[in-house]
This record gives sequence, C-alpha cells and structure tokens, in this order.
Amino acid sequence: MEDLTEVYNELIMEHSMNSYNKKKLSNANFTSLGHNPNCGDEITLEVKLNGDIIEDMAFSGHGCAISQASTSVMIDTLKGKTIEEAKQIIKTFINMIKREITDEEELKKLEDAIAFQNVSNMPARVKCALLAWHTMEDIIEKKEKQGKGNIDCCH
Amino acid sequence: MNLKKDFPIFKNRNITYLDSGATTQKPEQVIQTIDEFYKKYNANIHRGAYSLSIEATEYYENTRVKIANFINAKSKDEIIFSKNATESLNLLAYSYGLENLKKDDEVVISIMEHHSNLVPWQKVCKNTGSKLNYMYINKEFELSDEEIESKITDRTKIVGITHVSNVLGTINNIDKIIKYAHKKGAIVIVDASQSIPHMKIDVQDLNADFLVFSGHKMLAPLGIGVLYGKKELLNKMSPFIMGGDMIEYVYEQETTFAPLPNKFEAGTQNIEAIVGLGAAIDYIENIGYDKIKEIEDEIISYAIENLRKLDYLDLYLTPNRENHSSVISFNIKGIHPHDVASILDSEKVCVRSGNHCAQPLMRFLGIDSTCRASFYLYNTKQDVDNLIKALEKAYNMFKKYIKNI
Repeated sequence: MEDLTEVYNELIMEHSMNSYNKKKLSNANFTSLGHNPNCGDEITLEVKLNGDIIEDMAFSGHGCAISQASTSVMIDTLKGKTIEEAKQIIKTFINMIKREITDEEELKKLEDAIAFQNVSNMPARVKCALLAWHTMEDIIEKKEKQGKGNIDCCH
Repeated sequence: MNLKKDFPIFKNRNITYLDSGATTQKPEQVIQTIDEFYKKYNANIHRGAYSLSIEATEYYENTRVKIANFINAKSKDEIIFSKNATESLNLLAYSYGLENLKKDDEVVISIMEHHSNLVPWQKVCKNTGSKLNYMYINKEFELSDEEIESKITDRTKIVGITHVSNVLGTINNIDKIIKYAHKKGAIVIVDASQSIPHMKIDVQDLNADFLVFSGHKMLAPLGIGVLYGKKELLNKMSPFIMGGDMIEYVYEQETTFAPLPNKFEAGTQNIEAIVGLGAAIDYIENIGYDKIKEIEDEIISYAIENLRKLDYLDLYLTPNRENHSSVISFNIKGIHPHDVASILDSEKVCVRSGNHCAQPLMRFLGIDSTCRASFYLYNTKQDVDNLIKALEKAYNMFKKYIKNI
C-alpha cells in the first residue's frame, strides 16, 4: 500500500471507532455469528425483516477497524433494501474486494461501501472487510431455507 | 557486528524484519549448502548400493551426529527427524501419551503453551480419561515456584513446558520444573522452539526426557523438526508413522520395526532440510551463543527501553530482564493489532499480529490478540528505531478516533 489513508479513510475510521449501528435490536428475527478464527475477529449480526424488506440491523462484537467499519457501513447500505437487492449489493461488494469488478457505474450501487475499494490492495485484510458481508449471506440463506420450509409444509 | 550481510533477503528486500519468532531468515551458508547438496550429493538415503546413495546417507547421518553434539545428547540414536516441533509433539502425544496414560492420571502444561503443545494433550487426555491441568502465570508473566509445586502432583505423569513463551518471551525455569517433576515421578517434555535459536541447550545437563524444536526458527530451512528423547524411553515407544525405512521384517499380517532412530522415520525424509539444518548449526556455532546473547541483549534492552517511553502502549513482558528472551508483545491502547500491523507494514516493518497460536493465554490475559516483534542475531538498533517510528505513525493516524483510553 502506497498511501494508507486510502484504506484508513475518514469514513472507515469514524464507523470503526464510533458506530451508531453497534447496539442490540429488541425485535430481531435473524441473528448470525461471524468469526475469523485466524485473527479472532467476531461479530454478531442482528436483522429485523419485515416480509422481504430489511427493516433494521445492528451488530455487536470486536475486531479490527476494517472489520468493524465494514459491518457498520454494510448496515447503512442494506437497511431498507429488499432481500433481492441486498443479494446483488453483497455480490458487488465481494467482487469489488476481490478486484473482479472495477466498473464505476456498477460500484456506485454500493453507496458508502465503495470506501472499502482500496482494501483490495491489501490481501492480508480482505477477510476483515468481507466478514460481515459473508455473515449477512448466511442470514439470507437461513431466511430462504426457512421460506422454502414454509412452502414445503403447506404442501 | 551487523550480520545482515550474510542474509541475501536483506539485499533483495528493504525490510525491517521483526518476525523471527515465526521463522528466521536464512544465511547464504545455509542456502549454499542446500544448493550444493542437489548439485553434488542428491540420492535417496538408506536405499542404494551405489556410492552416491551411500554418500548421501553419510551426509544425512553425520548431520544427526552434529545435532546430537549440538544439544549434548548421549547418542545419535536419540535424535529423531520430524517435519517440525508440532509433529515431534504429536509423536510424543500418540506414541508416549496414549500408551502410558491411564484414567485419573494428570498431564500438566502451562497456560503459555503454543497450541501444538496443548491441543494434542487435550485429545490424549480425553481418550485416556486423564486430566489436563494448567500452570498459570503471575502478574509478572512468569510461572512461580509455588505454582509449579502446586500443579505438579503425585498423579502427574507428563509435564509439557515451553522453554520460552512465543508470546511473552518469558524464559521458564525448566531446570526447576524438570527436577520437581522427576521427584514426583513424571516425565518432562520441553518445547525448545523459541529458546534454541538464542541459548545453549544441553539435554543431559537439563535432564529433559524429551525436547523438541523446529529448524526454521534457527536459520535452517522450513519443514525440518527434531525430537530428542532419552534412549530408554524411545526404545519402549511404538512407532508413530508407519511405512518404508522404519521396518525390520514385513510379513502379510505382522511387522517388526527397525531400531532407533529409523523406527520413527518412515518414508523418504526431508534430506535437503536436514543438511541445511547442519549448516545452520555450523553458522550458530561459528558465531557462538555468547556472541548471540551479547547482540540480542543490547538490541532487546534498547527496544524495551524505547517501547516503555511510548505511554500509549501496553507491553506484555516480565520486568525481570534476565527472565525474558527476544519476543516482545504489545498493543497500542484502543487500536486493534491487525490495524497496527498493517500500518507498520506500510513502513516495511514486519511484525506478527494475532493470537500467536496461544488462544488460552490470550483469554487468560483478557485480550484477543497482540502485535509481536521478535528479534534475532541479524537485527540492529536501526531496526528498533524503524519500529518506533512506525508505531508513532500508527498512533498518530488513529489517535483522534481512539476512545476510552
């Protein structure tokens, strides 16, 4: 990394140190634990779904600035979106970090989460940036399995 | 004395290398020995009747003698080659632990053990119904005599202890531990991975029953480890890995095993790394442990003195300088060690961050992870200055965001 302030930018620093999304939800209907065993980063993601809409999200846990900020910014980005929209955004974010997308128009859909683009230049930190997003994927998978379960039982 | 000139990586990479606790860099002499081995001696050992294979075998077996002399083993048969210290410890857990432990026996280890001297004992204790007990550290990050004497009991059959902690740098009083354990009828396994690069090991003087180390932490290539064991104990143990070269007669249903040391060396060994380890021992002996200690003492005292001046640091090391080796763990208060390590990396300072394969110790200390700077004979005061400068940069980048310190 030539210039670290491209990674540790204002947005990432603010979110990592003083996140308003770090709290407990009283009415969450999905919770998932994300863990990077190699570094000890651990986050618990809580999601309140209203039908297909992500109505509210919060997180708790501990870890490095990048994992904490990435979780908080993800929450800002996904709140209010539908599950389908969230899946698209998560896919775009993961591809951005893996340097598989560089198209500016496509990346704009990420809103503030585009601030993590330069993490892709720090291979050692990629897993920190992706922890929350993979955890959200788990929650969506759980939700979709549950959905299927419901359909199955109606048969 | 700047030994960096012997290490080609420092000509090719402009780095401040402070991760020798993970693996050391390799001197030209070791690299050349491996190069020469392939160019002049390469053949499989213990196999052919042709002179090249016989010469390769001699080279291999002479290195075993060199290692035996290096740690003052009574016999070369007490030196077993493995992949690394982890494999040596697994061999002991399976071939000694599983066969000798019974229900309600006790295994005692310290809270500062590397996972490699901890996880195998959990498994062995579960399988045999033995109990795994821990010796805990005091406020000075040391094992007190009282702690040693209260945890090693008449029921203790095995004591596993690291000579030097890979996180704290604490030098444990293994002399005391071995004497006390023997009084109680237990055998002692010493993990010398973090000590043998820095200090003379004499297994007969220590009276250690088993001692393990990895070559790559003492200038040798990756992928070579050593297990030392007292002959009478090794003779009674069953082989750990079965296959070629470790047998005497093989029938369709039965096998008799080769004598020591081959009994524990199944399959083609890592011959290049073994001759490389021989060259590393030559390099260390050529400089001498007294000189190594002198170099390290000066740099580490300088590092501790300067790190202590940074009031935003937490340091995890004993105040007793004589009980501390060459590893320094620290955190910048309020900043995660991975972020610190990334910023240090931007200044080309290489340190490790994480739990250092010692999660129970981290939990005991009430932290998730630390940054760790570890030093060796090629480091200089300039390296320490580079570390300090990079830490100042990390702190300055983060300080306006840090809360609650």
